[in-house]
Amino acid sequence: MKTENQKAWFFVAPVLILVAFNAIIPMMTVVNYSVQETFGDNLFFWEGLTWFEQILRSERFHAALGRQFFFTAMILLIEIPLGIAIALSMPRKGFWVPVCLVLMALPMLIPWNVVGAMWNIFALPDIGLLGYFLNHVLGINYDMTQDPVAAWVTIITMDVWHWTSLVVLLSYAGLVSIPDAYYQAAKIDGASNWSVFRFIQLPKMKSVLTIAILLRFMDSFNIYTEPFVLTGGGPGNSTTLLSIDLVKIALGQFDLGPAAAMSLIYFAITLFVSWLFYTLMTKDDLN
Amino acid sequence: MAKITLKNLRHSYYPDPKGPQDFALKEVDLDWQDGGAYALLGPSGCGKSTLLNIISGLLVPSEGQILFDGQDVTTLPPDQRNIAQVFQFPVIYDTMTVRENLAFPLKNRGVDPAIIEKRVAEIAEMLEVTDMLDRKAAGLSPDNKQKISMGRGLVRDDVNVVMFDEPLTVIDPHLKWKLRTKLKELHQRVSHTMIYVTHDQTEALTFADQVVVMQLGEVVQIGTPEELFERPAHTFVGHFIGSPGMNVLPAEVKDGQALFAGRAVALEGPINAGASGQLEIGIRPEFVRLADTGIPATVTRVADVGRHTVVEATVGTHKVAAIQNGPAPQKGDEVHLHFTPEHTRLYADGWIATTPAQKESAA
Repeated sequence: MKTENQKAWFFVAPVLILVAFNAIIPMMTVVNYSVQETFGDNLFFWEGLTWFEQILRSERFHAALGRQFFFTAMILLIEIPLGIAIALSMPRKGFWVPVCLVLMALPMLIPWNVVGAMWNIFALPDIGLLGYFLNHVLGINYDMTQDPVAAWVTIITMDVWHWTSLVVLLSYAGLVSIPDAYYQAAKIDGASNWSVFRFIQLPKMKSVLTIAILLRFMDSFNIYTEPFVLTGGGPGNSTTLLSIDLVKIALGQFDLGPAAAMSLIYFAITLFVSWLFYTLMTKDDLN
Repeated sequence: MAKITLKNLRHSYYPDPKGPQDFALKEVDLDWQDGGAYALLGPSGCGKSTLLNIISGLLVPSEGQILFDGQDVTTLPPDQRNIAQVFQFPVIYDTMTVRENLAFPLKNRGVDPAIIEKRVAEIAEMLEVTDMLDRKAAGLSPDNKQKISMGRGLVRDDVNVVMFDEPLTVIDPHLKWKLRTKLKELHQRVSHTMIYVTHDQTEALTFADQVVVMQLGEVVQIGTPEELFERPAHTFVGHFIGSPGMNVLPAEVKDGQALFAGRAVALEGPINAGASGQLEIGIRPEFVRLADTGIPATVTRVADVGRHTVVEATVGTHKVAAIQNGPAPQKGDEVHLHFTPEHTRLYADGWIATTPAQKESAA
């Protein structure tokens, strides 16, 4: 006979309460808004799935979602290979290791809105170091407040500058955990540098890279502060990413119902893509 | 396959070594015969891994030369030396199957696919891993992983030497014995020169035809397991090999006669001329008998280890171990120790300083 008791629930309870207060209850408030119409004074009218339908059919949402996916794809395509490349070229022993690590970590220590403000000033065509240099020294016509391409280039460069370090540090942690014997064995086996990367370094970095990709996906997909401070979504709507658009609808237009529906759809997409990444990247480990 | 010669080899990990204490390897001169099974035995930090890495080319020695069949390879990188090495911890390529792992060293050298397939099949057969050839190597147990590592070393039939760097460290005790036997068997089948590095005397003595014993960066003795046991050339060898190790007792010499605790002790033969410095008598516990006459001693500890009893007795302040097969004495008993003369030797500054007397041929 197996004796059972329910004491285990007491141990789980604190976590459940915590999660309830910081995730479930706030989210339920959003669910509440997403199916009703309100005009203030705590007056609510049932609307069902109207807001969801409206958002899913809205061209404005489609455009913002498209920009969001483009932004995230660019971020992953640049930051992951670049981060791995930098990690591979960092020293693994000696005096320069802590120097490199601290230099790498610096951008990540700067608050989001400061990064946005820094790059905003940096890129100003008449007085910013970068803007002035491009326009007046190299003679390239660059103005991110006027030209959507310039705005995009600046936003992506800013994010690469801010967050590639995260990929570097995670990859580096994976690299230094590889015992010397692997490199020695590969030398004796006559493996080329590419084989060493393909069959030793990359497989050993896989689990940290999974984390890096997940973190960079979620972070870049939900990004708000930096592009908002840098371009404010402009010029026009050219850099209005999902979260910027969401805030415009919720706080600019005060359309709380559609904004709530949009944030739930937004959340569902983030959750689904993260799950997909994770499942695909850890598929082999289960066999 | 080749004869390996190490000439005046010295190595220091310091860029600018000041004196002998800065050298991890002090003056090694060695010949490894083609096809031999060698063990490199010594405690941790004695320089055996350094020596191994110098032979494989992972390290370039500070001084001296390495010759493969008379050809200088001192500065050649590992892949051009045609050697194989098996490491302490199994090294396998996680994303490859067992078959791909075994084929990897051949594939990198552009060997014909038909030959690769044949070699891999042969090696898998020898190592008894044929049924797992198509499995991912990452999922194997540690001993199978280590077998694959060994397989990658053995799969090339043109290697000059296969080296093993404490390969059984991570293997369960009951599988250790199995893999060791396998290795011995493999040596007989493939007849490559093999060098096996270990700090475990059992591993060294069971695997090798010739054991090279190292201490503090020096080779102290080279010999068959029997020679090392029967007549250690250095007190270190005597102490390191055997369980318990050789008794090393302070001695004095007066008129060509060795004295221990004031009593004359008969040796295997005459003391070499010029023996001086720190003098010690060495005798293995196996050859110390409890007798009616001899050196008086007090039994301080008796340990029954199954096959025999290890008796520890003190003479004055010196401990002497004796292995006893018959009835054992009690703790506190007063006994007399008798040292078998033909196994009793004098050591001067650690090195043997007696010459065995000519044995009578009719004995």
